Amino acid sequence: MRGIAASDLAIEAEGLRKSYKDVEALCGIDLSAPAGTVLALLGPNGAGKTTAVRILTTLLPPDGGSARVAGLDVVSEAAQLRSQIGLAGQYAAVDENLTGAENLEMVGRLYHLPKGEPRARAAELLERFDLSDAADRLVRTYSGGMRRRLDLAAALVARPPVLFLDEPTTGLDPRSRIGLWETIEGRVAEGTTVLLTTQYLDEADRLADSISVIDHGRVIAQGSSDELKDQVGGERLDITLESKDDAERAIAALEPIAAERPAMIDGLLRMPVRERKGAIAEAVRRLNEAGIGIDDVAMRRPTLDDVFLTLTGHALEPDEGEGADGEEAER
Amino acid sequence: MSGFGNAVSDTLVLAQRSLKRIPRAPDLLLSFTVQPIMFVLLFAYVFGGAIATPGYDYIDFLMPGIIVQTMSFGGFVTALGLSEDLKKGLVDRFRSLPMSRGAVLAGRTLADIGTNSISVATMIVVGVIAGFSFDAPLAHIVAGIVLLLLFGYAFSWVFAFIGLSSSSPEASQSLGFIVIFPLTFVSSAFVPVESMPGALQAFAEVNPFTIVVDAMRALFLGAPAGNSIWGAFAWSIGIAAVFAFLAVTKYKRAVVR
Repeated sequence: MRGIAASDLAIEAEGLRKSYKDVEALCGIDLSAPAGTVLALLGPNGAGKTTAVRILTTLLPPDGGSARVAGLDVVSEAAQLRSQIGLAGQYAAVDENLTGAENLEMVGRLYHLPKGEPRARAAELLERFDLSDAADRLVRTYSGGMRRRLDLAAALVARPPVLFLDEPTTGLDPRSRIGLWETIEGRVAEGTTVLLTTQYLDEADRLADSISVIDHGRVIAQGSSDELKDQVGGERLDITLESKDDAERAIAALEPIAAERPAMIDGLLRMPVRERKGAIAEAVRRLNEAGIGIDDVAMRRPTLDDVFLTLTGHALEPDEGEGADGEEAER
Repeated sequence: MSGFGNAVSDTLVLAQRSLKRIPRAPDLLLSFTVQPIMFVLLFAYVFGGAIATPGYDYIDFLMPGIIVQTMSFGGFVTALGLSEDLKKGLVDRFRSLPMSRGAVLAGRTLADIGTNSISVATMIVVGVIAGFSFDAPLAHIVAGIVLLLLFGYAFSWVFAFIGLSSSSPEASQSLGFIVIFPLTFVSSAFVPVESMPGALQAFAEVNPFTIVVDAMRALFLGAPAGNSIWGAFAWSIGIAAVFAFLAVTKYKRAVVR
């Protein structure tokens, strides 16, 4: 079996297409993730994120295009590929009538780990996921957060080089979310490649080396969090004037130090900054000199929210319910 | 390990998983033990006095029939379990693992043999207490038990197909009931076929349930068998083969949506 060298792409997809009856879920998407990095698929419900994951984990054949994961083709080398991947889906796919330990051991045996290894791995993972105390309890007594952690542990049993996490934190409380993020970061530090889908901008911002923004089955932007933010513009000053009547004079006063001509947007005077250092002091000095009263000044960097809004013309509003990406467009 | 070795080991891992569930879901355990006991006692004592079975005590006539009926329903656990696994995403997890494709179905149906064995043993004990007695050499009795488990195994595949075809665990259970229940009654299981009206009698005579029940009466009671013993094994193997094929096909399609 081929291994993957550090310089290789662990995930590469070209022109992936998939339709369900008359709904086109994926309209030819390209993805790539170098080994040891985190690629986030960011998009609203029904954007096609789950479909992409299902294709890359061999659960679904694409209608068109091709994809390789860990150097193996997802269609023609699907059988070999399955030993190289771990999948944690939107639903905690664990058996309620087994204990936590039994669930992990079962998965280890189905990965055909050497004798004795499934049990050892199960104990190790339960410890790491803070489930040791619940190891011998039936999963049906677990809380939602515990099930999710067990589900993620199951995906890690065989130490797969490539990990797929479909909305790993949807429906989790904030504390569990942060715990899960730390676990994912730990895996990546050990060299695992991760593809995760999310509707949460902060999640993509924190975890991803690279983000593919998906909407209506297309990749509409691709890059690091910073690159995406740069696409919508650099830093800016948001200035609240005491009186809006001063707007024209304020624009005139600030124009010489702005990267572009400042403008009034939603009652805020927005000034693209040429040089971050000293920008606030200089702006305040100039407005004072012109005798213009200031209520508030803030340096702002565009957020992924701005990115999404600029790219799609609509805001990204995560649905708080049970991950529904699959429900609407894909089942 | 070889591909075949892996397939066997995967099937055993999943069969073990299904069996572990039994003692942990006591309501499920009731359906393998209390329910068959209840049926034996109700039929033996409520209908027993009213049904004429020339040549046999009713309890002797009844036992082969009622065990066969119970076997045909033992597979409902498979339908229920598969339907749940699909709903909860476990099937997706299994399909993303480097395991044998058929093991999910084979493991479940194999586990049913275990639970069916519990039912057979329970029913024989209760039957004997209620007055049933074997009238055949031990080898025939053993062959009869093998036939019962084989027939039950065949119906596990029928239920696997039903489980994959229905929209929810509840639906799979009632669908199975609607399809199989009448078949078991229009047979020689509970009354002599000769007592039925013409059209029903014609159907009952070719009903595989009749053939299997007649074979069981031959093996447990020494009744004249005709071709029913070979016929019973042939039907069991045939049903298993056809529905295993249908279920595996359905499984592949059910998950590739």
